[in-house]
Formats: sequence, C-alpha cells, structure tokens
Amino acid sequence: MTDITSADPMVLTAAPPRREIGIKRRYAAERRFRLYGILAISFGVIFLLLLLWSVVSKGYTAFLQTEITVPVTFTEKVIDPQNTRATNPAVLMAANYPVLARDALAKELGVDPADRAALKEVNSMISASVRVQLRDIVVNDPSVIGKTVPVKVLAEGNVDAAYKGHIDLSVPESDRKISDRQLGWIQQLAAKGELASRFNTGLFVNGASSRPEAAGVGVALIGSFFMMLIVLALALPIGVAASIYLEEFAPKNRLTDLIEVNINNLAAVPSIVYGLLGLAVFINFAGLPRSASLVGGLVLTLMTLPTIIIATRAALKAVPPSIRAAALGLGASKMQTIFHHVLPLAMPGILTGTIIGLAHALGETAPLLLIGMVAFVADFPATPLQPSTALPVQIYMWANEAERAFVERTSGAIIILLLFLLAMNIGAVILRRRFERRW
Amino acid sequence: MSGSVVLLCVLAIGIVAFLLGRLRANALAGPKLSNLHSRPVYYGGFVAIWATLPALLLLAFWSITAPSVIQSSVRGSFPAEVLAAPQAEQNLEFGMITSIARGMKLLSPADAETLAGDAATVRTLLSAKGVPLAGDPKPYMLPAADELNRLTDRSNWLMTGAAVLAALGGLVYALRAIQPKLRARNRVERVVLGALLGASSIAILTTIGIVASMLGEATHFFSMVPAHEFFFGTVWDPRFAAAGSGGSEGQFGLIPLLAGTLYIGFVAMLFAVPIGLFSAIYMAEYASPRVRAFAKPLLEILAGIPTIVYGFFALTTVGPFLRDISAQISGLVTGDYANFIQAQSVITAGFVMGIMLIPYVSSLSDDIITAVPRALRDGSLGLGATRSETVKRVILPAALPGIVGALLMTASRAVGETMIVVLAAGVAARMQLNPFEPMTTVTVKIVNQLTGDLEFTSPQTLVAFALGITLFALTLCLNIYALYIVRKYREQYE
Amino acid sequence: MNMLTETAVEKVLERKMTNSALKMSGTDVCVFYGEKQALHNVNLNIRENTVTALIGPSGCGKSTFLRTLNRMNDTIDSCRVTGKILLDTDDIYDPNIDVVELRARVGMVFQKPNPFPKSIYENIAYGPRIHGLARTRAEFDEIVESSLQRAGLWNEVKDRLQEPGTGLSGGQQQRLCIARAVAVSPEVILMDEPCSALDPIATAKVEELIHELRANFTIVIVTHSMQQAARVSQRTAMFHMGYLVEENDTDKMFTNPDDQRTQDYIMGRFG
Repeated sequence: MTDITSADPMVLTAAPPRREIGIKRRYAAERRFRLYGILAISFGVIFLLLLLWSVVSKGYTAFLQTEITVPVTFTEKVIDPQNTRATNPAVLMAANYPVLARDALAKELGVDPADRAALKEVNSMISASVRVQLRDIVVNDPSVIGKTVPVKVLAEGNVDAAYKGHIDLSVPESDRKISDRQLGWIQQLAAKGELASRFNTGLFVNGASSRPEAAGVGVALIGSFFMMLIVLALALPIGVAASIYLEEFAPKNRLTDLIEVNINNLAAVPSIVYGLLGLAVFINFAGLPRSASLVGGLVLTLMTLPTIIIATRAALKAVPPSIRAAALGLGASKMQTIFHHVLPLAMPGILTGTIIGLAHALGETAPLLLIGMVAFVADFPATPLQPSTALPVQIYMWANEAERAFVERTSGAIIILLLFLLAMNIGAVILRRRFERRW
Repeated sequence: MSGSVVLLCVLAIGIVAFLLGRLRANALAGPKLSNLHSRPVYYGGFVAIWATLPALLLLAFWSITAPSVIQSSVRGSFPAEVLAAPQAEQNLEFGMITSIARGMKLLSPADAETLAGDAATVRTLLSAKGVPLAGDPKPYMLPAADELNRLTDRSNWLMTGAAVLAALGGLVYALRAIQPKLRARNRVERVVLGALLGASSIAILTTIGIVASMLGEATHFFSMVPAHEFFFGTVWDPRFAAAGSGGSEGQFGLIPLLAGTLYIGFVAMLFAVPIGLFSAIYMAEYASPRVRAFAKPLLEILAGIPTIVYGFFALTTVGPFLRDISAQISGLVTGDYANFIQAQSVITAGFVMGIMLIPYVSSLSDDIITAVPRALRDGSLGLGATRSETVKRVILPAALPGIVGALLMTASRAVGETMIVVLAAGVAARMQLNPFEPMTTVTVKIVNQLTGDLEFTSPQTLVAFALGITLFALTLCLNIYALYIVRKYREQYE
Repeated sequence: MNMLTETAVEKVLERKMTNSALKMSGTDVCVFYGEKQALHNVNLNIRENTVTALIGPSGCGKSTFLRTLNRMNDTIDSCRVTGKILLDTDDIYDPNIDVVELRARVGMVFQKPNPFPKSIYENIAYGPRIHGLARTRAEFDEIVESSLQRAGLWNEVKDRLQEPGTGLSGGQQQRLCIARAVAVSPEVILMDEPCSALDPIATAKVEELIHELRANFTIVIVTHSMQQAARVSQRTAMFHMGYLVEENDTDKMFTNPDDQRTQDYIMGRFG
C-alpha cells in the first residue's frame, strides 16, 4: 500500500491561549485519591501479614516439645508394696508412678533425696502426664517391675517454655514460674543431651488434657474428619441434584421462585442460627447424642448446601447450549443429556465449589459450640456417634485457657487448621486451572 | 433386628432386583437390543425402584409412627394418679421408663430375676451397667418398661417382615411387568426427577426447620417471660438458676444486647467500608492487571480465614496492644499509666471484625463497580474528566444502589458474626457509648446460654431461641432488602 | 446560533474556510493493540471549521484513528501509539501534554448515546463543573441553556431539566451527549458513528446539528454510511485494512475518487 501524504497547502497555527481549567489542583486530587486506594489495599494486606505473623510467631514452637530422658527404676516397693498384683490387678492402675519419675530425675541431677523442697522442684519439672505414661508401660508388661529402663518423659509446660526461651528471665525469681535452680538443672540436662526438643507428635495424636504439654488435637482432627466426610457424602449429591433440578428442569413458577429466594437467603443466614437448628431438631427432637460428630456433620451440611448449589448452578450454566443441543439432536433424553454430557463437563466447577464449601465448613466454629462439641474428650471416637470435638472448637477451648503454654498450643492448632485450608484452596485452584474450559 | 439391618436387607434386595431386571430385559430382547424400548439398565433400574422405594417409604413411615403409637399404649396403662398429674410430669415419668427399658436389655437373665426387687436395687443395678436414673423408680414402672420393650420388639419384627415383603412384592410385580414395549426409561427418569425435586426442596425444609424450631422454643420462652419484657427490657440478667428451681425471675431484656450488636457492627463497618471501598475502586479503576492478579487473591485470603482465628488474633494481639498503648498514651498525657481501653472492648471487636469484612466489601463492590458500563466511563473521560472525577461523579453515583445493597449484606454478616465477639467483645450486657469499654452481643449470649448443661424447660436456655429468631429476622430483612436492591441495580444495566 | 439564517451560516463558513488553517495533523500514525498493528503510517490533516468524515469498511481502523485524536486509546491497557499528532502546534502525545487538558479541547461523542444516570441539567453541567468553567448558578444555567440551544434540544427539554437524562428517547439522548460535549467549549469534536443507534428521523436532526456546529467547531466524524458522509462533510478520508487510502474533498471523493479501492467501496463492491 502506498502512503498518502495529504497534499494540503495549509499550515498549523499556534494554539490559542490556554484556558485555566485547574489542572494542578485536579491532579493533586487525583494523586490523593489514588493514594487512598493504595493505602486501603496495603492496609488490608498488612493486616493479613500481621495476623499470620502473630499466629506463626506464637505457634511454630508448638511443633517442638521438650522431653527429658531419664532411667526410671520401676521399684516394686513403690508400685506394689504388698505384692498383690497377681490377685488384684487394680494395684497397678493406682500406683504412685510420678514418684518413680521424680526419684529417677532427682538421682540424675544429684539431688539429696532428703531435701524435700528440692524434690518438689524436681517433681514440677516433669509433666503430670507421666503417671499415665509409666502406668501404661507397667500394665502392658508387668515384668518390667524391678528393672531400670530409660524413658522419655514430657517436660512440664514451664520447663518447655523456659527451654524454648519464652520465659522472661529479667523478672525476679519469685514472680517467675520457674526457679533459678530449675534453670540450672535444665542447662545441666541439656548439656548431657538428656533434655532436648523433638518434633511434637503428641500435638497431632493426643486428645484433650488439662496439661498443655500433653494436650493435642488428635481427637479434634478425627472429629473434623468425620464431619467433613459427612458433609461431602450428603452435601455434594444433594447439592448437585438440587442444582440440576433448578437449572435444567424447574418450570418457571412460584415454587421455583420460592426455592431460589430460599437458597439465596440461606447462604446469608448467620452460622450460629444453624447451630440453634441443630440443637432443636437433631438433638432435642430427633434425639441424636450431643457432642457427636454426626450432628455436627449434619449441621455443617445444611450450612454448606447453599454454597455448593450456587457454585454448581454457575458451573452448569457455563456449559454451552450447543452441547445440550447436540445430545438432544441425537435422540438422547433430557436426563441422559444432562447426566452423560452436561454434568461431566461441569464437574471441575462443581468440585471447586465443593472444596471451597468444605473449607468454610472446616473452619466453622459457632454452630458446633451449640451442639455440645465444647467437650473435654480425651478418648478417640470410633464412630461419628461418639463424643468428639472439632479442630476450630479445640482452638476456641484452648484460647479460653489461662495458661501461657496454651497460647502456644492454640497458635499451633491454628497453624494446622490454616495449613489444611491452604491445601484445600490450592487443590481448588489447581482443579480450576487444569480443567477450566473456555467456550 | 435394628433399623439399619433392615435397611441393608432392602438395599440388597434392590441390587438383586436390578440384576434380575436387566437379565430379563436382555432375555426378552433376544439378538436385537433395539427390540426393547429402553436400554436394559433402565429395566434393571425400574425393577430396583419397585423393589426398594415402597419398602423404604414403609420403613420410614413405620419408624416415625411406631414409637408414638407404642408410647400412647404404654401411657394408657399408667396408674390413675400418674395420669392425673400434669403433662410435663408424665413426660418425665415416661423418660424414666425408657431409661429402665434400655437398661433392662443390657441385663443378664439372672440379673433380670433380681430386678423384680425394690426400687433402690434397680437403680444401683442399672447404673452399674452404665444407665443412670434420675430418681428411684416407682413400682409400676418395671412392668411398664417390660411392656415397652415387648411392644418395641414386636413392632420391630413386624416392620422387618413388612419391609421385606414389600420389597419382594415390588420385585416380583415389576419383573412381571417387563415387556419390550414397557417405557422403562421414562419411568425411571420420572423417579429421578422426583428425587431431584426432593433434593432442591431441602432448602425450603431447612428454612421451615429453622423458623419452626426456633419459633416453637421461643413461644415456650414467651409463655414464661412476656414478650414485651424481652423486646423492650433494658436489663439483661438471666441469673443462671439451678436445675429444678424453676427460676423465671431473671431479667431478659433484649435492648442492651441489640445495642452492643449494632454498636460493634457499626464500628466494624466504620473500618471496613472505606478500606473495602477504596480497595475495590483501586482494583477496578487503577490497578494494572499484574497488581490486580496479586492483590485481589491476597485480600480474598482474608475472607478464607476462619473467624475463630480472627477472634484469637483479637484476644491475644489486638486487645492487649490497644490496652497497652492506651496506658502509654494516658501516661504521657496525665502521668497516670492507667489504660483507658479495655482488652475486651467494642473497639477491639469492631476493629478485628472490620478487617474480616474488608474482603466482603471489596469483592462485592468490585463486582458492582465493574458492572457500570464502559460507555459511561468513556463519556466522562472523553469530556476531559480525570479518573478520580469520573469515579466520584459518575461511577459511584451510578453504582450507589448496588453498593448500598452490598453494604447491607456486609452489615448482616457483622450482625451475625459470633466467634470474634465471643472472644473479643466481653460478656457484660451494658448500655453505654464508650467504645473502649466491653459490650456484648446477641450472638455472644446465644453461645453463653447454650454451652454447659442444658435444660429445655428453663427460660435461661430457651431465651437463646428467642435471641436466635430475632437475629434470624434481622439478617433476613437486611438480606432480602439487599438482594432486592442489587437485582434492581443489575436490571438497570442489562 | 440557530438564530442565524442558512445563508448567514454559509457565509461565515465560506470566509472561515478560505483563510482557515489546519486544526490537527497526524504524521506516520501507527497504532498497536498488543502485537497486532491496527493502523499503518497514517498521514491525515484536519482543517479548522470543517467536517471531516472518516469512512471505510468495518475494522478498517477509522474508529481507532479517531480515538487517537483525544487519546481515548489510553484507557485500553495494551494499546500503543507511535508517530506524531499535532493539535495546533502541540504534539498531543508529548509527555508534557496533559490528557485531561487535551480532552477538554478535543471532545468526543460516542456511538451509543451514553448519558450519565443524572438529570439532564447535571449531564450538561458536568463538564463545566469539573473544569471549573462556571462558578455561579446563573453561569451554569446559561451554559446549560446555550448548549442545549446549540444542540437543538432546548425546546424539547426546557421544562424537564431535572428529569433523568436516561429517560429521553435515543435521538434526544444522543443530542444531549452532543450538548454535553459542546458545553465544555472544545475546539474539536470527535464523533464515533453518532447516528448508528438512531432511527432515520433522529439521524436527520443530528446531521442538521452537525452542519450548524461546524461554524464554531472543527468536527471529525466516523460514519458507516456513505450518504451521511456526503451530506455532512466537506472533507472525507477513506480507510482500508488499517491504511489511509485516500483523502479528498468530499465532492471529489464521491464523484471522481483517485483510488480504485475508494471507487469500489463507494460503489458498494465491498464493505
């Protein structure tokens, strides 16, 4: 193509004098406005980081636990002074095991067995959970009595905190939870390698405990797992079925309108109201047990349904009509068209919505408080009908505990919860990226 | 036989029915499948539906009606003096009988012999089996419990028999009905359609469940405490009465709770609205795609964090920080290092809730701002307006209804939020205006009244349902109005 | 303005055209959307107090060129412009030139009428208000009235100035948008197919309006319709496939074009 140069004889003249339209002032306003936007976003992002930092900095040490390795002598005189265990096994259950651990540690530290004050301080370095720990060793294998076995016992919460450096040593000794002498012992044991931090598996497998060092989210994890299973098993099929009906079959009438309005409103009902519903209907009316993860699962199912339905309908809507037309044109029934073609194509979107709904349900606390999941449960539930608790509820209970060591546990549990949520959301994003189709 | 075993039986019959139906269809079709109206699986499904559906309906009907039939029969044989007692007392008596009946099933035959003895031994014997009784059983209760067990057993056997019969009957009927011309697919599809409709009506059932259950319990409450004392009372002091003392003497004034809810919600909106709105405007009008792709998900993370985490953040970080900083400030100003902000206060809860609400405000407003047609933007820019003038004078006015709707939705979230206020707002039901003091909310009180031991007859417990229905009504109104506004707004630009 | 008789208008224009200078001039203008080049080395002059029509088949780049004249392309992220466009003697793509000031001098009317969802009065007052062209209520009233007068809309809407502009008919809305542009007193008005969404009667009114506005403004109009270009313009530029094919007096263009492609297009061979 040839360029055409305008063969115009005329010329440009200088511009007329500028009008004053307040450019400077207006651009200052423009910059200010823009700045507000940047400030607003930074504010949000900064608080997100602050929140995460506050949780992580408080909680990462919860994944380590201080343990003391001591050679415990299972003295018969302490465990079974009358030697009646053959006839009365209950003796082994009730024996004074903490004394064994205390004496073992005192010997290790070279403390005079007659110094009662020192013995008391030694005793307070070992977690009270040692009773159960030693008892289980003896009950499982009574032949251990009379022998000396090295045992890893949990350090008491304050020792744990001191070893991790959480305790302010500039405070006068009398106001501190740990004495100078105990600090000395800690160093002594640490130097010998008998006191050390290890990865805290107890945090993941233990149940509730009044001692922070022995408390874990094990029961809560099982409870949350049961609930998620129930939500998945109920909410996904019901939600998909409901969406298919509303999107593909529902006639335009009052009933359909009513259902639509209902779903939109249910999505916005405060979660605590679902707790009231669960309490009144599932527990009071239907007589299901309190604190059971079955009830929690049912409540969360009702709460998650609207989310899943809304996501599923969007996914179904995104499948182009040409697919439907093609299948119908081959003589497939409407039902066949939907189940053979439309639904599989919409599946990535449906699953993404479901995962996000599940993630919300996993973090939900308020309704579970009302159906009695605020419970001290130390034993693992075997079925969804047994009492259990849930991860966020466990966090709530620990947050209400006064002890400093529980703040660390709480933050640790929050980290676990956030990691689960992160994993679920990443899963959803991957699903969307991989299978998202653009029509 | 327990219900779940019967259920499994029926389902097993259903599977057999499916296989038989398909087999028969194949046999009928002979070499050419097109002889059949539908594909063989549909015949299988047809037979399976006939085998299971009537049986399941029967099971459901039976297990719902049978207990009440049995109960009324057992109650009919109560001694006259018990029948004369008020209904509530009779309920308690029957509750004890069911406990005894449950316990008797756990006893060995030898123990059952001794059970005929006096009431006290019955109680110790049963509690040894893990069935505690609330009081000493009366003499008439043992035979009644026996009767209850007998009737329940018989009902269970009958139910099992009837269900299995129904399943087999349906199977046989459907098998005989199979013919090549039978429109099996249409019939199966009709049932599936019914199931789909059923699934979608769960939404309505849930709403009915919420309203009915809460209204039911709340009416209970209002029969003990007059409604006007609840709705217009200015003092909240429920006095946890010991069980059985029947203390309805507490004061259940809603006003202080409502005041706290609205105040904290207002403070939260004060933080969330400007920040959320400016974020949304920046994202929609200024941000380059790269900034947007980075900042938007970050803000959305805020929406994904569970509220319990916000509550913990408020409790352990924000609250103590505000308390300490206020002590420092008053120390600098007056020399007296007394904190004037409490760790649990309206401002703590409101501020943290505000952070939680930022993503709601920003993503809802973002949607609404981007829905303003490009032509309006171009029109304004074409006249020489700057970006901010366009936003302030054209886009925001045009988007205003939608944004108001979005803010109403956010406000309803603030009103219904629980965990942050439970941990950060305090429990003192007070009416005051100082944002640095604790106040409490409707949701906090629902949680307070319902954690711990419950007694479904005391106003202290039931008031939670009255609070719940108030909360439900409040958020429902906000949402319906908001949805209405937003829908109007969208129609304007479609 | 509509007080002037037809012949008076012609006289004024006659005088202006003879000693009129160029108002705008583009030299080697290229426009890219991302990787794709939408305009290739366009050289085009726009004369003062003249209606210049840009014609050509769809996708030929005529609207793109129009939008470069007041930098509306800036609102599209991936758009890049090279070459030189002068307004009087100012290079409008010079970093020192302010886009807001530029658009106050070069106004624009869009394809679809886009009144703001405000009252008729506020629609007109918007431009003067943001640019601070009026201070008092009386000044605003005057600008609103004169702008509506010029757009020939005054008699139709003078009794309902406070009603929403979106309530007018399509043709009235478009004239409102023209009045809105006029209220800022720009030097050039760009019109992007201003009649494509209007019915024939409304189109006739807008065309008449363009004709009258020519006395005070320089007008560049993109149009799909050959007849419209012939009716309203004095100069015509023909675009094809992103190239400027021919630029000429409208009369010459429609009777005896220099370029084969122009001839084909005007005869209706493609488009």
